[in-house]
Amino acid sequence: MIISELKPFSEVLGYLGKEKKVYIVGCKGCAEVCQTGDEPQVLEMKSNLEKEGIKVTGYSVIDFLCDKALIKTRLLPHESEIDAADSVIVMTCGIGVQATAAVVNKLVHPACNTINVGGARGEWRGSERCRECGECVLDYTGGICPLTACTKGLINGQCGGAKDGRCEVEPEVRPCGWHLIYERLEKLGRLDKLKDMPVFKDYGKMQPPKSLRSTIMWDVDEEEAKVETKV
Amino acid sequence: MSLRDALKNGKFVVTAEVGPAKGTDVTEFLENAELLKGRVTAVNVTDQQSAVMRLSSLAGCILLKEKGLEPVLQMTCRDRNRIALQSDLLTASALGFENVLCLTGDYVTLGDHPHAKPVFDLDSVSLLQAAKDLEGGKDISGNELKGSPKFLLGACVTPGADPLGPQLLKLERKVKAGAEFVQTQAIYEPNKFEAFMKEAKKLNIPIMVGIVLLRSAAMARFMNKNVAGIHVPDSLIDEIDKAEDKAKKGIEIAARLINDMKGMCQGAHIMAIGLEHRVPAILDAAGL
Repeated sequence: MIISELKPFSEVLGYLGKEKKVYIVGCKGCAEVCQTGDEPQVLEMKSNLEKEGIKVTGYSVIDFLCDKALIKTRLLPHESEIDAADSVIVMTCGIGVQATAAVVNKLVHPACNTINVGGARGEWRGSERCRECGECVLDYTGGICPLTACTKGLINGQCGGAKDGRCEVEPEVRPCGWHLIYERLEKLGRLDKLKDMPVFKDYGKMQPPKSLRSTIMWDVDEEEAKVETKV
Repeated sequence: MSLRDALKNGKFVVTAEVGPAKGTDVTEFLENAELLKGRVTAVNVTDQQSAVMRLSSLAGCILLKEKGLEPVLQMTCRDRNRIALQSDLLTASALGFENVLCLTGDYVTLGDHPHAKPVFDLDSVSLLQAAKDLEGGKDISGNELKGSPKFLLGACVTPGADPLGPQLLKLERKVKAGAEFVQTQAIYEPNKFEAFMKEAKKLNIPIMVGIVLLRSAAMARFMNKNVAGIHVPDSLIDEIDKAEDKAKKGIEIAARLINDMKGMCQGAHIMAIGLEHRVPAILDAAGL
Protein backbone atom coordinates (compact mmCIF):
# COMPACT_ATOMS: atom_id res chain seq x y z
CA MET A 1 0.00 0.00 0.00
CA ILE A 2 1.10 3.53 -0.66
CA ILE A 3 0.63 5.93 2.23
CA SER A 4 -0.58 9.43 1.45
CA GLU A 5 -1.62 12.31 3.67
CA LEU A 6 -3.64 15.38 2.77
CA LYS A 7 -1.73 18.57 2.11
CA PRO A 8 -2.99 21.55 4.12
CA PHE A 9 -6.07 22.95 2.35
CA SER A 10 -4.41 26.38 2.09
CA GLU A 11 -1.58 24.85 0.04
CA VAL A 12 -4.02 23.26 -2.42
CA LEU A 13 -5.98 26.50 -2.62
CA GLY A 14 -2.73 28.35 -3.31
CA TYR A 15 -2.04 26.06 -6.28
CA LEU A 16 -5.23 27.25 -7.94
CA GLY A 17 -4.04 30.83 -8.30
CA LYS A 18 -6.53 32.56 -10.54
CA GLU A 19 -8.36 29.36 -11.50
CA LYS A 20 -12.03 29.43 -10.53
CA LYS A 21 -13.33 26.07 -11.78
CA VAL A 22 -11.99 22.66 -10.88
CA TYR A 23 -12.80 18.98 -11.31
CA ILE A 24 -11.90 16.60 -8.46
CA VAL A 25 -10.68 13.03 -8.82
CA GLY A 26 -10.46 10.66 -5.83
CA CYS A 27 -9.08 7.13 -5.51
CA LYS A 28 -10.57 3.99 -3.98
CA GLY A 29 -7.23 2.19 -3.80
CA CYS A 30 -4.64 2.99 -1.13
CA ALA A 31 -6.06 6.52 -0.79
CA GLU A 32 -9.35 5.10 0.47
CA VAL A 33 -7.53 3.25 3.24
CA CYS A 34 -5.48 6.35 4.11
CA GLN A 35 -8.68 8.41 4.06
CA THR A 36 -7.15 10.91 1.69
CA GLY A 37 -9.01 10.27 -1.54
CA ASP A 38 -12.26 8.40 -0.77
CA GLU A 39 -15.66 9.94 -1.36
CA PRO A 40 -15.97 11.61 2.09
CA GLN A 41 -12.63 13.44 1.59
CA VAL A 42 -13.56 14.37 -1.98
CA LEU A 43 -16.87 15.82 -0.76
CA GLU A 44 -15.10 17.70 2.02
CA MET A 45 -12.66 19.15 -0.49
CA LYS A 46 -15.61 20.12 -2.72
CA SER A 47 -17.38 21.87 0.11
CA ASN A 48 -14.20 23.69 1.26
CA LEU A 49 -13.53 24.87 -2.29
CA GLU A 50 -17.09 26.07 -2.73
CA LYS A 51 -16.78 28.09 0.49
CA GLU A 52 -13.82 29.84 -1.18
CA GLY A 53 -15.92 30.67 -4.24
CA ILE A 54 -14.42 27.93 -6.43
CA LYS A 55 -16.87 26.14 -8.72
CA VAL A 56 -16.53 22.35 -8.71
CA THR A 57 -17.64 21.21 -12.17
CA GLY A 58 -17.86 17.58 -11.03
CA TYR A 59 -16.01 14.75 -9.32
CA SER A 60 -15.18 11.06 -9.72
CA VAL A 61 -13.85 8.50 -7.28
CA ILE A 62 -12.07 5.81 -9.28
CA ASP A 63 -11.07 2.31 -8.09
CA PHE A 64 -7.37 2.63 -8.81
CA LEU A 65 -5.84 5.88 -9.94
CA CYS A 66 -2.60 4.15 -10.85
CA ASP A 67 -4.18 2.55 -13.92
CA LYS A 68 -4.32 4.93 -16.88
CA ALA A 69 -6.67 2.74 -18.96
CA LEU A 70 -9.12 2.59 -16.06
CA ILE A 71 -8.90 6.35 -15.48
CA LYS A 72 -9.62 7.00 -19.15
CA THR A 73 -12.65 4.70 -19.14
CA ARG A 74 -14.09 6.11 -15.93
CA LEU A 75 -13.56 9.74 -16.86
CA LEU A 76 -14.97 9.44 -20.38
CA PRO A 77 -18.62 10.02 -19.31
CA HIS A 78 -17.42 13.14 -17.42
CA GLU A 79 -15.54 14.70 -20.34
CA SER A 80 -17.70 17.80 -20.54
CA GLU A 81 -17.39 18.46 -16.78
CA ILE A 82 -13.61 18.14 -17.02
CA ASP A 83 -13.53 20.35 -20.12
CA ALA A 84 -15.46 23.00 -18.22
CA ALA A 85 -12.83 23.08 -15.46
CA ASP A 86 -9.60 25.11 -15.45
CA SER A 87 -7.76 22.27 -13.76
CA VAL A 88 -8.10 18.96 -11.94
CA ILE A 89 -7.42 18.29 -8.25
CA VAL A 90 -6.24 14.73 -7.67
CA MET A 91 -6.61 13.23 -4.21
CA THR A 92 -4.21 10.32 -4.03
CA CYS A 93 -0.51 9.34 -4.15
CA GLY A 94 2.07 10.75 -6.57
CA ILE A 95 1.57 7.88 -8.98
CA GLY A 96 -2.17 8.54 -9.26
CA VAL A 97 -1.54 12.24 -9.83
CA GLN A 98 0.91 11.47 -12.62
CA ALA A 99 -1.33 8.84 -14.20
CA THR A 100 -4.28 11.27 -14.17
CA ALA A 101 -2.13 14.09 -15.56
CA ALA A 102 -1.10 11.82 -18.42
CA VAL A 103 -4.71 11.32 -19.55
CA VAL A 104 -6.71 14.50 -18.78
CA ASN A 105 -5.03 17.21 -20.87
CA LYS A 106 -5.52 19.69 -18.02
CA LEU A 107 -3.20 21.01 -15.37
CA VAL A 108 -3.42 18.77 -12.29
CA HIS A 109 -2.93 19.75 -8.65
CA PRO A 110 -1.90 17.13 -6.08
CA ALA A 111 -3.98 17.28 -2.90
CA CYS A 112 -1.72 14.84 -1.03
CA ASN A 113 1.85 14.20 -0.07
CA THR A 114 3.06 10.65 -0.52
CA ILE A 115 4.81 9.39 2.58
CA ASN A 116 7.70 7.00 2.86
CA VAL A 117 7.03 4.13 5.26
CA GLY A 118 9.95 1.91 4.51
CA GLY A 119 9.01 -1.48 3.13
CA ALA A 120 5.33 -0.83 2.51
CA ARG A 121 5.51 -0.12 -1.22
CA GLY A 122 2.65 -0.33 -3.65
CA GLU A 123 2.45 -1.88 -7.07
CA TRP A 124 1.34 -0.18 -10.22
CA ARG A 125 1.34 -0.90 -13.91
CA GLY A 126 2.24 2.42 -15.50
CA SER A 127 5.49 4.19 -16.17
CA GLU A 128 4.81 6.70 -13.38
CA ARG A 129 7.14 6.56 -10.42
CA CYS A 130 6.92 8.19 -6.99
CA ARG A 131 9.82 8.60 -4.58
CA GLU A 132 7.47 9.07 -1.62
CA CYS A 133 9.21 12.35 -0.85
CA GLY A 134 6.53 13.64 1.51
CA GLU A 135 6.48 17.04 -0.21
CA CYS A 136 4.76 16.53 -3.55
CA VAL A 137 5.86 19.04 -6.23
CA LEU A 138 3.66 17.72 -9.05
CA ASP A 139 1.62 20.91 -9.00
CA TYR A 140 4.55 22.86 -10.43
CA THR A 141 5.70 20.30 -12.94
CA GLY A 142 2.62 19.47 -14.99
CA GLY A 143 2.05 16.19 -13.15
CA ILE A 144 5.42 14.68 -14.11
CA CYS A 145 7.72 14.00 -11.17
CA PRO A 146 11.18 15.59 -11.55
CA LEU A 147 12.62 13.39 -8.80
CA THR A 148 11.94 10.24 -10.78
CA ALA A 149 11.76 11.49 -14.39
CA CYS A 150 15.12 13.33 -14.19
CA THR A 151 18.17 11.07 -13.78
CA LYS A 152 19.72 13.57 -11.39
CA GLY A 153 16.40 14.19 -9.63
CA LEU A 154 16.79 17.92 -10.20
CA ILE A 155 13.99 20.17 -9.00
CA ASN A 156 15.01 23.45 -10.62
CA GLY A 157 14.92 22.58 -14.30
CA GLN A 158 16.89 21.01 -17.13
CA CYS A 159 20.66 20.55 -16.86
CA GLY A 160 23.07 20.79 -19.76
CA GLY A 161 22.95 17.06 -20.33
CA ALA A 162 19.91 16.88 -22.60
CA LYS A 163 20.18 16.28 -26.32
CA ASP A 164 17.19 16.20 -28.66
CA GLY A 165 14.91 15.69 -25.68
CA ARG A 166 16.86 12.67 -24.40
CA CYS A 167 18.97 12.31 -21.24
CA GLU A 168 22.68 11.93 -21.94
CA VAL A 169 23.03 9.24 -19.27
CA GLU A 170 21.09 6.58 -21.20
CA PRO A 171 19.65 8.35 -24.26
CA GLU A 172 18.30 5.15 -25.81
CA VAL A 173 15.97 4.48 -22.86
CA ARG A 174 15.58 7.76 -20.99
CA PRO A 175 13.83 10.87 -22.19
CA CYS A 176 14.94 14.09 -20.43
CA GLY A 177 12.37 14.45 -17.64
CA TRP A 178 12.60 18.22 -17.76
CA HIS A 179 12.01 18.16 -21.50
CA LEU A 180 8.77 16.24 -20.83
CA ILE A 181 7.76 18.65 -18.07
CA TYR A 182 8.45 21.69 -20.25
CA GLU A 183 6.63 20.16 -23.20
CA ARG A 184 3.50 19.37 -21.20
CA LEU A 185 3.31 22.74 -19.46
CA GLU A 186 3.90 24.51 -22.77
CA LYS A 187 1.05 22.50 -24.33
CA LEU A 188 -1.20 23.48 -21.41
CA GLY A 189 -0.07 27.11 -21.69
CA ARG A 190 1.11 26.99 -18.06
CA LEU A 191 4.90 27.50 -18.11
CA ASP A 192 4.30 30.15 -15.43
CA LYS A 193 3.97 27.26 -12.95
CA LEU A 194 7.74 26.61 -13.09
CA LYS A 195 8.52 30.15 -12.00
CA ASP A 196 6.78 29.65 -8.65
CA MET A 197 8.53 26.37 -7.89
CA PRO A 198 10.42 26.36 -4.55
CA VAL A 199 14.23 26.45 -5.00
CA PHE A 200 15.08 24.04 -2.15
CA LYS A 201 13.69 20.62 -1.34
CA ASP A 202 13.28 19.29 2.20
CA TYR A 203 14.76 15.81 1.95
CA GLY A 204 14.10 15.35 5.66
CA LYS A 205 10.51 14.63 4.67
CA MET A 206 11.70 11.50 2.88
CA GLN A 207 12.17 9.82 6.26
CA PRO A 208 9.11 8.02 7.66
CA PRO A 209 7.34 10.48 9.95
CA LYS A 210 7.05 9.59 13.64
CA SER A 211 3.27 9.44 13.44
CA LEU A 212 3.45 6.61 10.93
CA ARG A 213 5.94 4.53 12.84
CA SER A 214 3.13 3.10 14.94
CA THR A 215 1.85 1.06 12.00
CA ILE A 216 1.57 -2.70 12.29
CA MET A 217 4.81 -3.25 10.39
CA TRP A 218 6.80 -1.04 12.72
CA ASP A 219 5.16 -2.65 15.77
CA VAL A 220 6.13 -6.11 14.59
CA ASP A 221 9.72 -4.96 14.15
CA GLU A 222 9.81 -3.49 17.63
CA GLU A 223 8.21 -6.52 19.25
CA GLU A 224 10.74 -8.77 17.58
CA ALA A 225 13.54 -6.62 18.90
CA LYS A 226 12.15 -6.98 22.47
CA VAL A 227 11.99 -10.79 22.19
CA GLU A 228 15.62 -10.89 21.09
CA THR A 229 16.66 -8.78 24.09
CA LYS A 230 14.96 -11.24 26.51
CA VAL A 231 16.83 -14.18 25.01
CA MET B 1 41.59 44.36 -13.15
CA SER B 2 39.34 41.97 -11.23
CA LEU B 3 36.66 39.98 -13.03
CA ARG B 4 34.02 41.97 -11.15
CA ASP B 5 35.46 45.29 -12.31
CA ALA B 6 36.04 44.06 -15.85
CA LEU B 7 32.41 42.96 -16.17
CA LYS B 8 31.19 46.21 -14.66
CA ASN B 9 33.47 48.19 -16.94
CA GLY B 10 31.62 46.85 -19.97
CA LYS B 11 34.66 45.97 -22.08
CA PHE B 12 34.98 42.58 -23.79
CA VAL B 13 36.16 40.17 -21.07
CA VAL B 14 38.18 37.03 -21.74
CA THR B 15 38.43 34.09 -19.34
CA ALA B 16 39.93 30.64 -19.81
CA GLU B 17 39.72 27.29 -18.08
CA VAL B 18 42.26 24.91 -16.60
CA GLY B 19 41.71 21.44 -15.19
CA PRO B 20 43.54 20.39 -11.99
CA ALA B 21 45.92 17.45 -12.15
CA LYS B 22 44.88 13.84 -11.69
CA GLY B 23 47.38 13.32 -8.89
CA THR B 24 49.64 15.56 -6.88
CA ASP B 25 52.08 16.62 -9.60
CA VAL B 26 50.87 20.13 -10.46
CA THR B 27 53.79 21.10 -12.73
CA GLU B 28 51.81 20.98 -15.96
CA PHE B 29 48.80 22.64 -14.36
CA LEU B 30 50.97 25.56 -13.28
CA GLU B 31 52.78 25.75 -16.63
CA ASN B 32 49.43 25.98 -18.40
CA ALA B 33 48.23 28.62 -15.99
CA GLU B 34 51.43 30.64 -16.40
CA LEU B 35 50.76 30.88 -20.16
CA LEU B 36 47.44 32.58 -19.44
CA LYS B 37 48.89 35.18 -17.10
CA GLY B 38 48.32 38.69 -18.36
CA ARG B 39 46.25 37.43 -21.30
CA VAL B 40 42.94 36.70 -19.60
CA THR B 41 41.02 38.42 -16.81
CA ALA B 42 40.35 35.27 -14.82
CA VAL B 43 40.94 31.53 -14.99
CA ASN B 44 38.26 28.96 -14.15
CA VAL B 45 39.38 25.88 -12.25
CA THR B 46 37.14 22.93 -13.02
CA ASP B 47 35.55 20.79 -10.29
CA GLN B 48 36.09 17.07 -11.03
CA GLN B 49 35.39 17.85 -14.68
CA SER B 50 33.31 15.22 -16.54
CA ALA B 51 32.93 13.42 -13.19
CA VAL B 52 36.61 12.39 -13.34
CA MET B 53 38.22 12.35 -9.86
CA ARG B 54 41.21 14.65 -9.52
CA LEU B 55 42.67 17.48 -7.42
CA SER B 56 40.00 19.83 -6.11
CA SER B 57 39.01 23.11 -7.68
CA LEU B 58 39.76 24.92 -4.43
CA ALA B 59 43.33 23.54 -4.37
CA GLY B 60 43.72 24.69 -7.98
CA CYS B 61 42.44 28.16 -7.07
CA ILE B 62 44.94 28.45 -4.21
CA LEU B 63 47.81 27.47 -6.53
CA LEU B 64 46.69 29.96 -9.19
CA LYS B 65 46.40 32.77 -6.67
CA GLU B 66 49.96 32.11 -5.50
CA LYS B 67 51.04 32.61 -9.13
CA GLY B 68 49.21 35.92 -9.31
CA LEU B 69 46.21 34.80 -11.37
CA GLU B 70 42.59 35.52 -10.53
CA PRO B 71 40.74 32.21 -10.27
CA VAL B 72 37.08 31.33 -10.72
CA LEU B 73 36.14 28.47 -8.39
CA GLN B 74 33.86 26.02 -10.17
CA MET B 75 31.50 24.11 -7.90
CA THR B 76 29.24 21.24 -8.84
CA CYS B 77 26.51 19.56 -6.79
CA ARG B 78 27.28 15.97 -7.77
CA ASP B 79 29.72 15.12 -4.97
CA ARG B 80 28.67 17.19 -1.95
CA ASN B 81 25.44 17.79 -0.05
CA ARG B 82 24.21 21.18 1.13
CA ILE B 83 26.30 21.05 4.31
CA ALA B 84 29.58 20.45 2.45
CA LEU B 85 28.75 22.92 -0.33
CA GLN B 86 27.93 25.75 2.04
CA SER B 87 31.04 24.95 4.09
CA ASP B 88 33.21 25.07 0.96
CA LEU B 89 31.64 28.38 -0.06
CA LEU B 90 32.54 29.82 3.34
CA THR B 91 36.02 28.30 3.09
CA ALA B 92 36.58 29.84 -0.35
CA SER B 93 35.54 33.23 0.93
CA ALA B 94 37.69 32.96 4.07
CA LEU B 95 40.65 32.18 1.81
CA GLY B 96 39.95 35.32 -0.24
CA PHE B 97 38.16 33.89 -3.28
CA GLU B 98 35.22 35.77 -4.66
CA ASN B 99 34.38 34.27 -8.06
CA VAL B 100 32.27 31.11 -8.02
CA LEU B 101 30.74 29.37 -11.03
CA CYS B 102 27.78 27.31 -9.80
CA LEU B 103 27.04 24.16 -11.79
CA THR B 104 24.90 21.06 -11.35
CA GLY B 105 27.66 18.69 -12.51
CA ASP B 106 27.87 15.80 -14.95
CA TYR B 107 26.33 12.51 -13.90
CA VAL B 108 28.68 9.98 -12.26
CA THR B 109 28.35 7.37 -15.00
CA LEU B 110 30.05 9.74 -17.47
CA GLY B 111 33.27 9.78 -15.44
CA ASP B 112 35.90 7.41 -14.09
CA HIS B 113 33.96 6.38 -10.96
CA PRO B 114 30.67 5.17 -12.46
CA HIS B 115 29.81 3.25 -9.29
CA ALA B 116 29.75 6.34 -7.08
CA LYS B 117 26.57 7.50 -5.36
CA PRO B 118 25.59 10.82 -6.93
CA VAL B 119 24.43 13.52 -4.50
CA PHE B 120 22.49 16.36 -6.20
CA ASP B 121 21.04 17.47 -2.86
CA LEU B 122 21.28 20.96 -4.37
CA ASP B 123 21.56 21.92 -8.04
CA SER B 124 22.91 24.92 -9.92
CA VAL B 125 19.92 27.11 -8.99
CA SER B 126 19.78 26.17 -5.32
CA LEU B 127 23.59 26.43 -5.01
CA LEU B 128 23.37 30.01 -6.30
CA GLN B 129 20.58 30.68 -3.82
CA ALA B 130 22.63 29.13 -1.02
CA ALA B 131 25.58 31.41 -1.86
CA LYS B 132 23.23 34.39 -1.89
CA ASP B 133 21.75 33.36 1.48
CA LEU B 134 25.26 33.08 2.97
CA GLU B 135 26.03 36.59 1.69
CA GLY B 136 22.96 37.72 3.58
CA GLY B 137 24.48 36.41 6.82
CA LYS B 138 22.48 33.19 7.17
CA ASP B 139 22.82 29.60 6.00
CA ILE B 140 19.97 28.04 4.05
CA SER B 141 18.41 26.67 7.21
CA GLY B 142 18.23 30.22 8.53
CA ASN B 143 21.04 30.01 11.10
CA GLU B 144 23.11 33.14 11.74
CA LEU B 145 26.71 33.25 10.49
CA LYS B 146 29.60 34.91 12.26
CA GLY B 147 30.83 36.99 9.37
CA SER B 148 29.36 36.58 5.90
CA PRO B 149 31.03 36.03 2.51
CA LYS B 150 30.91 38.17 -0.62
CA PHE B 151 30.83 36.47 -4.00
CA LEU B 152 30.69 37.18 -7.70
CA LEU B 153 28.38 34.37 -8.78
CA GLY B 154 28.45 32.78 -12.20
CA ALA B 155 26.16 30.38 -14.03
CA CYS B 156 26.29 28.25 -17.16
CA VAL B 157 23.78 27.72 -19.97
CA THR B 158 23.64 25.68 -23.19
CA PRO B 159 22.93 28.23 -25.94
CA GLY B 160 22.80 25.58 -28.69
CA ALA B 161 20.09 23.51 -26.97
CA ASP B 162 17.11 22.47 -29.05
CA PRO B 163 14.55 23.35 -27.86
CA LEU B 164 15.95 26.43 -26.18
CA GLY B 165 12.92 27.05 -23.92
CA PRO B 166 13.90 24.79 -21.00
CA GLN B 167 17.42 26.29 -20.93
CA LEU B 168 16.15 29.88 -20.98
CA LEU B 169 13.68 29.13 -18.22
CA LYS B 170 16.43 27.65 -16.08
CA LEU B 171 18.74 30.58 -16.81
CA GLU B 172 15.99 32.92 -15.65
CA ARG B 173 15.80 30.98 -12.37
CA LYS B 174 19.59 31.23 -12.04
CA VAL B 175 19.52 34.99 -12.47
CA LYS B 176 16.67 35.25 -9.97
CA ALA B 177 18.65 33.13 -7.50
CA GLY B 178 21.68 35.42 -7.73
CA ALA B 179 23.81 34.75 -10.83
CA GLU B 180 25.80 37.82 -11.87
CA PHE B 181 27.56 36.52 -14.98
CA VAL B 182 27.21 33.66 -17.44
CA GLN B 183 29.84 31.51 -19.15
CA THR B 184 28.14 29.41 -21.80
CA GLN B 185 28.67 25.86 -22.99
CA ALA B 186 30.66 25.78 -26.25
CA ILE B 187 28.85 26.91 -29.37
CA TYR B 188 30.08 26.67 -32.97
CA GLU B 189 27.15 28.22 -34.81
CA PRO B 190 27.03 32.03 -34.53
CA ASN B 191 23.48 32.12 -35.94
CA LYS B 192 22.26 29.84 -33.13
CA PHE B 193 24.09 31.99 -30.59
CA GLU B 194 22.44 35.07 -32.04
CA ALA B 195 19.00 33.47 -31.62
CA PHE B 196 19.90 32.56 -28.03
CA MET B 197 21.18 36.06 -27.24
CA LYS B 198 18.03 37.63 -28.60
CA GLU B 199 16.13 35.99 -25.73
CA ALA B 200 18.90 35.88 -23.11
CA LYS B 201 19.71 39.58 -23.24
CA LYS B 202 16.29 40.26 -21.73
CA LEU B 203 17.73 38.83 -18.51
CA ASN B 204 20.19 41.70 -18.31
CA ILE B 205 23.27 39.74 -17.24
CA PRO B 206 26.78 39.74 -18.79
CA ILE B 207 27.16 36.67 -21.02
CA MET B 208 30.52 35.23 -22.10
CA VAL B 209 30.39 32.91 -25.09
CA GLY B 210 31.96 29.49 -24.58
CA ILE B 211 34.69 28.45 -27.02
CA VAL B 212 36.11 24.92 -27.00
CA LEU B 213 39.28 24.65 -29.06
CA LEU B 214 39.06 22.00 -31.80
CA ARG B 215 42.08 19.75 -32.23
CA SER B 216 40.87 17.38 -34.96
CA ALA B 217 37.85 16.18 -36.91
CA ALA B 218 37.77 13.10 -34.69
CA MET B 219 37.53 15.24 -31.57
CA ALA B 220 34.66 17.23 -33.10
CA ARG B 221 32.81 14.06 -34.04
CA PHE B 222 33.41 12.65 -30.56
CA MET B 223 31.87 15.76 -28.98
CA ASN B 224 28.89 15.64 -31.34
CA LYS B 225 28.24 12.06 -30.31
CA ASN B 226 29.04 12.24 -26.62
CA VAL B 227 28.77 15.77 -25.26
CA ALA B 228 25.22 16.98 -24.82
CA GLY B 229 24.59 20.54 -25.90
CA ILE B 230 27.62 20.71 -28.22
CA HIS B 231 27.19 20.57 -31.98
CA VAL B 232 30.08 21.12 -34.37
CA PRO B 233 28.64 21.63 -37.87
CA ASP B 234 29.92 19.45 -40.72
CA SER B 235 31.45 22.46 -42.48
CA LEU B 236 33.83 23.03 -39.55
CA ILE B 237 34.62 19.31 -39.27
CA ASP B 238 35.51 19.28 -42.99
CA GLU B 239 37.59 22.40 -42.61
CA ILE B 240 39.79 20.98 -39.87
CA ASP B 241 39.87 17.54 -41.50
CA LYS B 242 41.30 18.98 -44.72
CA ALA B 243 43.77 21.29 -43.02
CA GLU B 244 47.41 20.21 -43.10
CA ASP B 245 48.25 21.99 -39.86
CA LYS B 246 45.37 21.04 -37.58
CA ALA B 247 46.68 22.97 -34.59
CA LYS B 248 46.83 26.15 -36.66
CA LYS B 249 43.38 25.53 -38.12
CA GLY B 250 41.86 24.93 -34.67
CA ILE B 251 43.28 28.22 -33.46
CA GLU B 252 42.01 29.99 -36.58
CA ILE B 253 38.48 28.58 -36.13
CA ALA B 254 38.39 29.55 -32.44
CA ALA B 255 39.53 33.09 -33.25
CA ARG B 256 36.98 33.36 -36.05
CA LEU B 257 34.16 32.18 -33.75
CA ILE B 258 35.17 34.76 -31.15
CA ASN B 259 35.14 37.52 -33.74
CA ASP B 260 31.83 36.39 -35.24
CA MET B 261 30.13 36.43 -31.83
CA LYS B 262 32.05 39.23 -30.16
CA GLY B 263 29.49 41.85 -31.04
CA MET B 264 26.62 39.84 -29.58
CA CYS B 265 27.86 39.37 -26.01
CA GLN B 266 30.12 40.69 -23.22
CA GLY B 267 33.01 38.25 -23.35
CA ALA B 268 34.48 34.90 -24.30
CA HIS B 269 35.34 31.91 -22.13
CA ILE B 270 37.97 29.69 -23.75
CA MET B 271 38.11 26.01 -22.86
CA ALA B 272 41.26 24.53 -24.41
CA ILE B 273 40.96 21.17 -22.57
CA GLY B 274 44.64 20.35 -22.14
CA LEU B 275 45.85 22.64 -24.92
CA GLU B 276 46.08 25.81 -22.80
CA HIS B 277 49.41 26.62 -24.48
CA ARG B 278 47.43 27.46 -27.62
CA VAL B 279 45.23 30.04 -25.87
CA PRO B 280 47.65 32.98 -26.37
CA ALA B 281 47.73 32.18 -30.11
CA ILE B 282 43.90 32.20 -30.22
CA LEU B 283 43.86 35.59 -28.52
CA ASP B 284 46.55 36.92 -30.92
CA ALA B 285 44.56 35.67 -33.92
CA ALA B 286 41.37 37.22 -32.52
CA GLY B 287 43.16 40.52 -31.88
CA LEU B 288 42.47 40.38 -28.14
